[in-house]
Amino acid sequence: MTAMTRPATARRPPSGTGVGMGVQVPERAREPEWLNAARRQAVAWVDANGFPSTKHEDWRYTKLDSVLALPLAASSGRGAEDGPGSVSSSDLPTPQLGVPRIVVVNGGMVPELSTLGTSLPGGVRVESMAGAVRRPEGRFQQLWTRRLGGYPHALRALNDAEALDAVVIDLPARTVVEDPIEVVFVSMPTGDARWSHPRLIVVAGARASATLVETYLSVAGAPSVTNALTQVELGTEAELVHYVLQGERTDSFHFSSLEGHLAEGSRLSSRLLATGGRIGRHEVDVVLAGEGSQVDLDGLFLTGAGQHHDNPVLVEHAAPGCTSRQLYKGVVTSDGHGVFNGHLVVRPGADGTDAVQVNKNLLLSERAEVDTRPRLEINADDVACSHGAAVGRLDPEALFYLRSRGVPEREARAVLVSGFAHEILERFGSGPIRRHAEELAAAAGLIVLDEDHCSSGAVTAGTVHPGRGGRAQ
Amino acid sequence: MSAARAELADLAGREYAYGFSTDLETDFAPKGLSEDVIRLISAKKGEPDWLLEWRLGAYRHWRTLDEPTWPNVRYPPIAYDDIIYYAAPKKKPALSSLDEVDPELRAMFDKLGISLAEQERLSGVAIDAVVDSVSVATTFQAKLAEAGVIFCSFSQAVQDHPDLVRAYLGSVVPPRDNFFAALNSAVFSDGTFCYVPKGVACPMELSTYFRINAAGTGQFERTLIVAEEGASVSYLEGCTAPMRDEHQLHAAVVELVALDDATIKYSTVQNWYPGDAEGKGGVYNFVTKRGRAAGARSKISWTQVETGSAITWKYPGVVLQGDGSVGEFYSVAVSAGHQQADTGTKMIHIGKDTKSTIVSKAISTGHGQNTYRGLVKMLRSATGARNHTRCDSLLIGGDCGAHTFPYVEVKHPTCQVEHEATTSKVSDDQLFYARQRGIPEEEATSMIVNGFCREVFRELPMEFAVEAQRLLSVSLEGAVG
Amino acid sequence: MLLIDDLHASIGDSEILHGVSLEVPDGEIHAVMGPNGSGKSTLAHVLAGRDPYEVTGGRVIYDGVDLLAMAPEERAAAGVFLAFQQPVEIPGVPTMYFLRTALNAQRRARGEEELGPVEFLALVDTKRRLVDMERALLDRAVNDGFSGGERKRNEILQMLILEPRLAVLDETDSGLDIDALRVVADGVTTLRGPDRSALLITHHQRLLEHLVPDRVHVLAGGRIVRSGGPDLAVELEAHGYATLDSPAVEPRTASAGTASIGTISTGTISTGTISTGTISTGTISTGTISTGTAR
Repeated sequence: MTAMTRPATARRPPSGTGVGMGVQVPERAREPEWLNAARRQAVAWVDANGFPSTKHEDWRYTKLDSVLALPLAASSGRGAEDGPGSVSSSDLPTPQLGVPRIVVVNGGMVPELSTLGTSLPGGVRVESMAGAVRRPEGRFQQLWTRRLGGYPHALRALNDAEALDAVVIDLPARTVVEDPIEVVFVSMPTGDARWSHPRLIVVAGARASATLVETYLSVAGAPSVTNALTQVELGTEAELVHYVLQGERTDSFHFSSLEGHLAEGSRLSSRLLATGGRIGRHEVDVVLAGEGSQVDLDGLFLTGAGQHHDNPVLVEHAAPGCTSRQLYKGVVTSDGHGVFNGHLVVRPGADGTDAVQVNKNLLLSERAEVDTRPRLEINADDVACSHGAAVGRLDPEALFYLRSRGVPEREARAVLVSGFAHEILERFGSGPIRRHAEELAAAAGLIVLDEDHCSSGAVTAGTVHPGRGGRAQ
Repeated sequence: MSAARAELADLAGREYAYGFSTDLETDFAPKGLSEDVIRLISAKKGEPDWLLEWRLGAYRHWRTLDEPTWPNVRYPPIAYDDIIYYAAPKKKPALSSLDEVDPELRAMFDKLGISLAEQERLSGVAIDAVVDSVSVATTFQAKLAEAGVIFCSFSQAVQDHPDLVRAYLGSVVPPRDNFFAALNSAVFSDGTFCYVPKGVACPMELSTYFRINAAGTGQFERTLIVAEEGASVSYLEGCTAPMRDEHQLHAAVVELVALDDATIKYSTVQNWYPGDAEGKGGVYNFVTKRGRAAGARSKISWTQVETGSAITWKYPGVVLQGDGSVGEFYSVAVSAGHQQADTGTKMIHIGKDTKSTIVSKAISTGHGQNTYRGLVKMLRSATGARNHTRCDSLLIGGDCGAHTFPYVEVKHPTCQVEHEATTSKVSDDQLFYARQRGIPEEEATSMIVNGFCREVFRELPMEFAVEAQRLLSVSLEGAVG
Repeated sequence: MLLIDDLHASIGDSEILHGVSLEVPDGEIHAVMGPNGSGKSTLAHVLAGRDPYEVTGGRVIYDGVDLLAMAPEERAAAGVFLAFQQPVEIPGVPTMYFLRTALNAQRRARGEEELGPVEFLALVDTKRRLVDMERALLDRAVNDGFSGGERKRNEILQMLILEPRLAVLDETDSGLDIDALRVVADGVTTLRGPDRSALLITHHQRLLEHLVPDRVHVLAGGRIVRSGGPDLAVELEAHGYATLDSPAVEPRTASAGTASIGTISTGTISTGTISTGTISTGTISTGTISTGTAR
């Protein structure tokens, strides 16, 4: 392990002012001393502990060699003003989901591409790090440094060390945000600088509620490395519905972590659809810290040629009476490699825990591989915990049944695969988020079943929902 | 047992019934491990050179290894230089009948409830008894020989059947397999050898009782069972040890080989001394057990009931090499007091249409920590392979832990794996239902827990099933209320 | 035999029995009838000693002793039997084994000799014919995979084998066909005698057509609101519980209603239902969730 070098690329502030209401211009402000110290400490942590290898239990099935072969420098280009090769609005998914959309390029918030509209209730703040560090409460510092010195692995430390900016969404108590807040993360290498470290912090006060959609894209050029961290802090009885659409290019590397901290009676639902990345690793790390809090985690990963998807999901029951649900499904084709790494921990005293963890995988080719590790670690006795995992191919009987009804084999297979994926896709609701998810899935080769056909139970070959727009290549 | 100790045992609510030690005259090797000690062991046993070299090779490799730290168990470092690697009861004549067995030894076995002579007459089970690493008595040899079955101590097999031993020793668990297997390969002192020739169904159950008796010793036995084409055998082992303050190390290796159409059923009731109520003393049971279902349609089945030992670390597995071969693992593991168990299985599917079944029932109580760790691996060649795994854990009391760590690795789409697991406490509804019918709480709990384990117990031969239920009830005493 | 005097019982913070009083003399069969949610099952469970029901007032005297001070198994040994509304499955424990363990535990507790396997088998064979149960069913684990009717027969079989002095039947008649209903009625009749009593807890009058009780009590809102002869059951059947004058019913029903609305909205939120009405505008309403809570 050689000492890490700070990126050589300068951090240039973009020119111009925010077009959306309330968006703070990300200034190249001198960072406060605590932040500099935190960054130094994170760098030191990486120096001391190195990057994880397959000898680490949580990295058993994911090799970082190909990523670490790339230079560690972080990209900094931010958008329209950067000239050719920069991100423009045509690179972004259309249409916008609702009104509030925040665009982040290489970890930096880009006001020119972001809109907040007028739909956000009063008191809701969406700002960049520059704004957040100036707030007097010191809450930003507290959140930023929560993990300091106790990182689960180097990539999380690296985000602390290198994050160029942060998007901070602050929902005061009892605020109800009707429109989903969309955050689009775009990774775009600049020269040799491949890495970006997006950071999103969501703080919901007591009884606040909102919907958040994270979309990850990479644009054409050299393969990029996204190392994102989202921190969600839910106050008493707050609720967040959270979606992640990971549709990066299949030659990119995508690492993301969702850290959730749930207070009493709060609820987090998080749903992942992952199709992109040569390596896509989507960590979830949720602590049910308050009594009666609940978390629902769903994931669908579509893993194709040359791809590797790893889904480490850690749920920690630290308080009594909490409920957790995990349902992850994988569809693995070609020489793809899918991994589920579920981990459920029940701390002593977390009585009344109700937890279910399920992972199911379809292997669709001779060279496809799946590794699954649903773990339960239980240290309280008044619990009801269960888990299940299954790996297999399409049910030959179902396939035969369809063919006997005249559906050609190819279509029959497609229909069955879609039926398998549907259970997760339908959790993306029935509005534009669902359509985005279906388009992404279709671009990855999944035939998406029509709502009508699924609900009526009829399965016919004609239920193809053509995906609009191609897979980001 | 001193008065203080008796009191402690009462407090713990579970007395270890096999905690006596017997005053046998014992022959010891010097403390600690070196090439000289290995040469001494090998010389004592009059071994051929190839075996000495095999041991030395294992020892040299062992010295390069670090003790594994990945199991979910905690214990202070083991001082490998303080262990006596060879201890044998001194009177060790070549026995031609049970009448010649040392009377002290026979008294000890009577106390264990294993009167060799009685067992021989009544149950028709052939028994090999291993005390402090050395086989002291093997019954029924003559009758087995008629059927062509070889059942004898490992040392005897080395003398009488060197070619067979040489062909199969280390063929399933190589000397370099892991830290404890390497240690065993270097210092193993005795064990059991069993060979069932082609087409023979072994006419009786075979059984070994293992006993650690001498203080400061480790037990490093080795068991090798070979079933040739179409052969079948059922083998049982039982284990006990005296109550001692210090920890005793038991690092055994068991290798099973089943050729075409052969069946091996291996059952264990492990009741090594678990330590006292404070977690003092007890056996470290670090064992490598593996079967190679080498032949087509062969079958290897492990059944284990683990109620003893301070720490258990074992994963009896099956390498499913032959097409259509079958592997099974049925386990009950109890962690009471301060016991820790990290146990499970490994099913490695290589052949086509191979099939494995895993049923694990774990019970934690007191401060017990129980971890199921199981690997199901299906290689690309294992087309049409199947596995079904069911792991259930029961928690009794709020200070214990139950953990389930399965590893499922699948490399072919025609493979099918299903894993299910649950963790819960004894159901209040069940408990109340039984109590409403007049069954006292402790008895009701024991009954419900026995029911929970039934799927595994029914895999055991009858006498063992009864013994297992009794052991389970003893382990749970005082766990309720 | 049984005296219940101003019994108050609650679960968690809510009181369910608000002072129940009734007396069952030796040799009599009494019925307790009442609408859903009136506290019938709570009464049955409190008599048998089920956690987490908590007795907050009053007393229950059984054969002159304080029943509430006894552990469930002590009550059973003293002759109190509860036929469960929902008999519990105990996987892996054969029914025969369970029965013998229960019978012998009770005999032991009463200082009687335990029954050997042969005598026990003979006993079971006689009794199981009375309830029309196959022997094979008894070799299966307790209630494991039994149909609803089989479970209820199993309850009556256990009652016949254990021969309680006070049998409490908690809605044993619910969901039974006419044959099974007769089995239940015959079972109780078989046990009838000068020193045995029974308390039939039921919603319907159906069972009482086969088994005429000495007294009928109406439990509503956690109190006995009326008592009478067998005719009372017939009257209830004709007019329903609605005609009962019981102010205590109101608040309880209301609070149960509130609780269930709460449950419904919880369900909506956890499955993340998104308002379909808002698709056309292209936005997804999180408002559904918050109004769900407020509703």
